[in-house]
Amino acid sequence: MSGTFLGTPAFPDAAREALEDSQLRRNLAHATGTIRTKRAGVVGEVDEWEQLRLAGEAIKNRVLRHLPDYLEQLERSLTAAGATVHWARDATEANAIVVDIARRHATDEVVKVKSMATQEIELNDALEAAGIHAWETDLAELIVQLGDDLPSHILVPAIHRNRAEIREIFLREMGNAGRAAPDDLTDEPRQLAAAARAHLREKFLRAKVAVSGANFAVAETGTLTVVESEGNGRMCLTLPEVLVSVVGIEKVLPTFQDLDVMLQLLPRSSTGERMNPYTSTWTGVTPGDGPQEVHVVLLDNGRTDVLADPTGRQALRCIRCSACLNVCPVYERTGGHAYGSVYPGPIGAILTPQLRGVGSDPQTDSLPYASSLCGACFEVCPVRIDIPEVLVHLRGEVVEAHQEAARLPSVQDMAMKAASWTLSSAGRTGAAEKAAGLGGKLAAKLGRSAPGGRAVLGALPGPASAWSDSRDIPIPAEESFRSWWKRTDGGRSRTEETAGDRSRTDDTAGDRSRTDDTVGDSSRTDDTSGGRDEA
Amino acid sequence: MSAREAILQKARRALADVPDVEPVLDVAVVRPAPERDRSREEVVDLFAERVADYRAVVERATSSTVVQQVAAALRGREPSAGAGPLRILVPPGFPPEWVPDDVEVVHDGPDVAVSELDRCDGVLSTAAVGIADTGTIVLDHGEGQGRRAATLVPDLHVCMVRADQVVPAVPEAVAALDPVRPHTWISGPSATSDIELDRVEGVHGPRTLHVLIVGS
Amino acid sequence: MPRVGLMVTCLNDALFPDTGKAVVTLLRRLGVDVEFPAAQTCCGQPMVNTGYLADAVPLVRNHLEAFDGCDAIIVPSGSCAGSVRHQHGLVAERSGDPGLVRGVENAPPAYELTEYLVDVLGVTDVGAYFPHRVTYHPTCHSLRMLGVGDRPARLLRAVRGLTLLDLPGAAECCGFGGTFAVKNAETSIAMGNDKAHHVRTTGAEVLVAGDNSCLTHIGGLLSRQRSGVRVMHLAEILASTERVVERRDERSADPISIGSATPQNQEAHR
Repeated sequence: MSGTFLGTPAFPDAAREALEDSQLRRNLAHATGTIRTKRAGVVGEVDEWEQLRLAGEAIKNRVLRHLPDYLEQLERSLTAAGATVHWARDATEANAIVVDIARRHATDEVVKVKSMATQEIELNDALEAAGIHAWETDLAELIVQLGDDLPSHILVPAIHRNRAEIREIFLREMGNAGRAAPDDLTDEPRQLAAAARAHLREKFLRAKVAVSGANFAVAETGTLTVVESEGNGRMCLTLPEVLVSVVGIEKVLPTFQDLDVMLQLLPRSSTGERMNPYTSTWTGVTPGDGPQEVHVVLLDNGRTDVLADPTGRQALRCIRCSACLNVCPVYERTGGHAYGSVYPGPIGAILTPQLRGVGSDPQTDSLPYASSLCGACFEVCPVRIDIPEVLVHLRGEVVEAHQEAARLPSVQDMAMKAASWTLSSAGRTGAAEKAAGLGGKLAAKLGRSAPGGRAVLGALPGPASAWSDSRDIPIPAEESFRSWWKRTDGGRSRTEETAGDRSRTDDTAGDRSRTDDTVGDSSRTDDTSGGRDEA
Repeated sequence: MSAREAILQKARRALADVPDVEPVLDVAVVRPAPERDRSREEVVDLFAERVADYRAVVERATSSTVVQQVAAALRGREPSAGAGPLRILVPPGFPPEWVPDDVEVVHDGPDVAVSELDRCDGVLSTAAVGIADTGTIVLDHGEGQGRRAATLVPDLHVCMVRADQVVPAVPEAVAALDPVRPHTWISGPSATSDIELDRVEGVHGPRTLHVLIVGS
Repeated sequence: MPRVGLMVTCLNDALFPDTGKAVVTLLRRLGVDVEFPAAQTCCGQPMVNTGYLADAVPLVRNHLEAFDGCDAIIVPSGSCAGSVRHQHGLVAERSGDPGLVRGVENAPPAYELTEYLVDVLGVTDVGAYFPHRVTYHPTCHSLRMLGVGDRPARLLRAVRGLTLLDLPGAAECCGFGGTFAVKNAETSIAMGNDKAHHVRTTGAEVLVAGDNSCLTHIGGLLSRQRSGVRVMHLAEILASTERVVERRDERSADPISIGSATPQNQEAHR
């Protein structure tokens, strides 16, 4: 693809744009809703799901905590099985390795299996620059590539496109890249899939070199695994003469048997199926079957930096199922592009800042805040990555990085310092509440009352507008709980209770005809003697 | 320093907090206990039901009925050549008595060109393992199963799974496989969910999967 | 007699004292003489969730001192209970102060209100009366961080006169998220509007939840939309009884009637 995430604005701004696109909102709500239901169904039928998640977590932890040993073992196993192992510190090194292999085979094209690692390193751009076409063969990747678009989901990169848009792209672009779509193409998914089948088949049959990623790489045996649905993966993994797999170093599993846990967790979490249509495993070169030249590029590209953070390293357990995206209420509304990375959604919000490092780019630093910390992501994660925990941890890293870099504290720094100072003492807190209560008393006269009689303020100018543009603000209670407790001895001294406290009950909850009359609350604020406990 | 050395060194430094003990002692992995209360028949029935869930065709067969059932599976299909008998790919080691008479047999082998595979109307194969829980067939590309491309390129795959090859769940299947061999796990016909996350059967792999469970 | 401390939370203290009063009323009715340790302030969650873990350290210390000597802490907020249970450890660890780490480890257990009622007191029928159509929003931290499960629903179902209506998409976040509501205001509002829409489709008169923070957000939207749906903290419903139909001056002096509920009684009164 020629698109790039470079220049994506910080999350709140990117999200604002996305939220204005009602078509996008509809596409996302429909797609994520569908997949959530499917996942819940197939996960629900596994009694031991929680035990499986724990096993998945443990297997990945075992690997990560002993990664160097497992990487060396993987290298030995691969070499013994006839594969050539390459190591790449970063994207540039990895891309150079792949370009070099393609050039040695004098080809001007490669077919590609969908792979997050190759997206991350922008391999296609590097190949294009070397005069080599990289044909994406996954249907969604094809849609993104033909549409000169960016992926917006880990599993379904074109999730932001609906069938009508996909038809348009196919009709317009397929002819420029090979076999054209039939003129009478409709937007029926079956027809769209058939058009992709016809378009790509000639490429599969003639390609000499294929590039893939791997879902898992078994240290014990050197077995690589690709989990897929369409068969494009099988085409790429078996028809060309040369296969190059770019594999993140965190993809290692200790033993072949460990595939059992992963192959149970991944499909149910990912596509909401008991099993995905096709899973291929290969161990180096198989004489007489499939590519006879097999390369594996082990890619770091920031992963060892993630590994160095004991809290953050759990992000490397990720098996790219995208369940966290599908349940994320933020992702559902903003889509993936707003995250400015090939890794969108909750996992992206913790992985991207760690891979890139925080403190140098406002877009990256905005990602740990792109979450309401609702915890739905952790609940569905098949390898139990505590995403909210890492988000909070990374927010701390962002703040620290800024404090170290800046000579003067930010407005937010000062606000937090002030709040910390006030709230670390009950005396100061009480005084602040009284001041707020007095302000509330004044504000109540300006406000109206919400159902239930609570006085609220409408839209406000200035910094409060972020809240109040769409949400009424409750006015601080004139008498805080702590003042009430002190004045009434926790409600025990009844004589001190004022009648005014109850006058608010004059108002009715159920009365829907009532909108903004202010009987209950203004009378209440006027009657109550909030300052009585002044010490 | 080589990239290899640099990465390994960096990873070692990153893990300074991890005690130097055997990985298996450092982190215990506890798998769910295998479910054992299903009978053989129940396991095979479940397999049939779950394969069918993927909109594959599933039939029970005995070794003597297989050949008629294969013939029935092929009946009505148009030869891609336009006329003449169907061209059916048959891997080495596939029981010859299961191949119907009225087809043109293409014997698979390393020398058969990919373009030749693409001209086949269908492929017959056996399997290595069936998984009841997930409705999955695993090929290890041994006798009767052909190389990986054989069961991929033609548009119809008729697959014979012996009832005694069916295991209850994924862990038993992984345990039964030889890691040195390549494997293809097949769960229904090729499919995609890439358009609005709606599942559509039939993209690049065989659009029709026809499974015969042989024996009881 | 075990010492039970009410952690009213800073938000309830300043903005929603009626919730605190309702907890006191409810617990006294159930025979628990709850204390209010006056030194308490805030659990530090706003700082932690904004990334200012160091600034949360004095608040964690203050929390430990304020509740020192209590056998249990009751919190009418899933979010703040979650903060005490799950974030104080994180703050202490990052502070590098082993004393603080030990302090957090040995702190009295913090129960969200419904956990205390159902698990410790063993009650689901708290003798409440609230004859209204109610729908319940399980706030994220109650639901997922604490795992309160169906405790709130069991308590609500036992309230006489109350009709509990299912909230579509109940488990989905309302979009409040503390600092998120302002830092990502547009997304927060988009989420909140969907939640408000679901609330309105139920036909409920009252939206109830265990966190006034989320209710401020959803309620702010419902109120701006002139929906006529009011929001109430769960404690206020559980504190409501039939006794409030008594004379108004009695009612006002009676801690049991403290709580903002029971609108029907005014109608009866009129």
